[in-house]
Amino acid sequence: MAAVLVRTEHITPTQTIMGADAYNKMFTLHGAMMVFLFIIPGIPAALGNFVLPLMVGAKDVAFPRLNLTSWYLWIIGAVFAVASLLVGGFDTGWTFYTPYSTTTPFKGVIPIATGAFILGFSSIFTGLNFIVTIHKLRAPGMGWFQMPLFLWALYATAIIQILATPVLGITLLLLIVERALGVGIFDPALGGDPILFQHFFWFYSHPAVYIMIVPAMGVISELISVFSRKHIFSYRFIAYSSIAIAVFGFLVWGHHMFTSGQSSLMNMIFSALTFSVAIPSAIKAFNWVATMYKGCISLKTPMLYALSFLFLFAIGGLTGLFLGSLTTNVHLHDTYFVVAHFHYVMFGGTVIAFLGGLHYWWPKMTGKMYSDRQGQIACFLIFIGFNLTFFTQFIMGTHGMPRRYFKYSEQFTTLHVLSTVGTYVLLVGFLLVAYYLIDSLVRGPKAPSNPWGGASLEWQTTSPPPVENFSQPPIVGDPYDYGDLVYDPEIRGYRKLIKTGAA
Amino acid sequence: MEAETTQSHTSSEHNPHLAHHFGSLTQQFDSGKLGMWLFLATEILLFGGLFCAYSVYRANHPEIFIYAHQYLSKFWGALNTCVLLFSSFTMAWGVRCAQLGRQRGLVVCLALTLLCGFVFLGVKYVEYKEKWQHGLLWGKYYSPVHHHDDSHEAASGEGPAPQEGHPAVASAVAQSMTPTVVLTTDAGVVVERSKILPAPTGPGGLASLSAGRESHGDEPRNVQLFFSVYFLMTGLHGVHVIVGLACIGWILRRAVRGDFGPGYFTPVDLVGLYWHLVDLIWIYLFPLLYLIH
Repeated sequence: MAAVLVRTEHITPTQTIMGADAYNKMFTLHGAMMVFLFIIPGIPAALGNFVLPLMVGAKDVAFPRLNLTSWYLWIIGAVFAVASLLVGGFDTGWTFYTPYSTTTPFKGVIPIATGAFILGFSSIFTGLNFIVTIHKLRAPGMGWFQMPLFLWALYATAIIQILATPVLGITLLLLIVERALGVGIFDPALGGDPILFQHFFWFYSHPAVYIMIVPAMGVISELISVFSRKHIFSYRFIAYSSIAIAVFGFLVWGHHMFTSGQSSLMNMIFSALTFSVAIPSAIKAFNWVATMYKGCISLKTPMLYALSFLFLFAIGGLTGLFLGSLTTNVHLHDTYFVVAHFHYVMFGGTVIAFLGGLHYWWPKMTGKMYSDRQGQIACFLIFIGFNLTFFTQFIMGTHGMPRRYFKYSEQFTTLHVLSTVGTYVLLVGFLLVAYYLIDSLVRGPKAPSNPWGGASLEWQTTSPPPVENFSQPPIVGDPYDYGDLVYDPEIRGYRKLIKTGAA
Repeated sequence: MEAETTQSHTSSEHNPHLAHHFGSLTQQFDSGKLGMWLFLATEILLFGGLFCAYSVYRANHPEIFIYAHQYLSKFWGALNTCVLLFSSFTMAWGVRCAQLGRQRGLVVCLALTLLCGFVFLGVKYVEYKEKWQHGLLWGKYYSPVHHHDDSHEAASGEGPAPQEGHPAVASAVAQSMTPTVVLTTDAGVVVERSKILPAPTGPGGLASLSAGRESHGDEPRNVQLFFSVYFLMTGLHGVHVIVGLACIGWILRRAVRGDFGPGYFTPVDLVGLYWHLVDLIWIYLFPLLYLIH
């Protein structure tokens, strides 16, 4: 919503609907809310918590109460975020760079930092829960390499959540004490070092990008294989590349600071490491395409999202290389190019995959089917709207439109208007998704156990699953072997071939 | 509180102590233990940020650390180290007692651990109070009250004075920024550098009495950094001690009730792990802050 307002503001080069301060608060709010409240917990907490115990064939996650705690913490964090608005908002950008964040007159910084700190714990507990569940609660017979790739992705994500989030925790804690008590660790006026804040912040926030994208990749691995009716291509490479991304992700934070006063040696090292992250990402992309090759592809809504993901993530990932190389970075730093890049990754990647996963598991979660036709239309709208919004921003960025600016020069008007129109298309798409999903709850037909013909364990139980997930222990097999699943029009879903064959 | 939630799942009141979604007690115990170790990893990283800040500032400004650490009392620090080490010993013994089913031993050990924790906090209070009285505080509240003979002996009457003085000093600090910058402009080109590098709040200007304690006499710039780091590290550690005490109190109550035995001692074990970590962090804090050369 804040995003729509921000874009609306940009219809004209000067003030349209809000003042400069309101604009600053608005984009900050949009950034902080989306990053901390939605994109980071989106796939792991919303989809993962439901799917993970089903996929490992467990009755529940290892620590259900901890899981509930994590949910309550999320709510408390959200309350703090709202409270920050009530006490005057904040205009620091979601990055809270010091010393601006410790000196800005708006009083919302402490509440939002506290909120993000609490959300961090929520995230840590989710990750902790996932790792323990995957280690200890796999169904008998399920080895590490019989796990669906979504679990590998969640496992890699959980590692990042556990190892990176505490650093954000201490950073935000220092920011809070700094603002409240004047500790001065990051305040040059008191001998502190603001660059240290940037190092701390990005030490978390870059890996956090992988908290956002790696589970999305896991979702896509599932979708592509199921809707191509073909075994995933090169399972182990995809599994290992998730872990590789998690590991490399920790070593590249400095690429956010190329222009912040790092030594040029550091810049070169970080730039080289940044390129290395492209390798596992590309491995995944190639394997997905190879999985689809000669597959029997059905363009159901989840698959449309998966294909959008491939397209958008390729753009998002490749423009990341532009930004990762030092010379082009200096030109593109803090322009709309950066904005477009991370939206292609976070929106085109994470949000699209989230929607794909939501549509894929929706019947399992709710026991209801939505209208596939409406889903396809919405996906189409979102795809068009998204590209209209953000591709124009790539162009503006290369022409020097700086990010976070309230006003802009006349030459950018057309592109800004196009971008804003794209936002409205996106909004329509989202409203449509919300409409038919809610509608399916009320009027949707009952979902079969296995509407898509998935072979992983969650499709062996009823939709929605019973209290302890499985009424009889699931039979563990290859999660990507679709050979013995056939479509049965009577139940409008898939079932095991063996049953009919035995008759 | 985080630690408590990690463990509380195991306290489910089903048949013996087995939660419904676990297949066996062993599986449950292993899960709990793995979860706790992961949680401890996050704790280390949480402190890692502070250790990192410490290293950066110590590497860049060793003189601050060498000068300021003299205001910490090695005696109290060493005493606290011993107290915590002893408490770790009693904690470990307590876990052993729980495993062997020695009910009385467990209760005594936990009570001793709890006692040690309180002693630690008591000593910490004495130390903090002393710093407070001398105005040896963090960041902008740093306004040392200097004594010509020995800074460790605070005249008790002077206690409230620095507290009253804080806001005034702080605002004076804020205002003193401009003159310092102007001063350097006279020197010529270095305006920009002077704005960033030597923070104009250098306590040298405030401490006009000039601490006569040291042979070199003058105080380095930005001594407040040391006290910021000191209070942050020991403060965060102190919070962890308090959380640890709450957890120990909780398992002590359960131990008195007779919940634990050879068959089920997960909470004792996990709280023990947490307590050892708290202890371990102090073992690093003590030399890093108190024993600097």
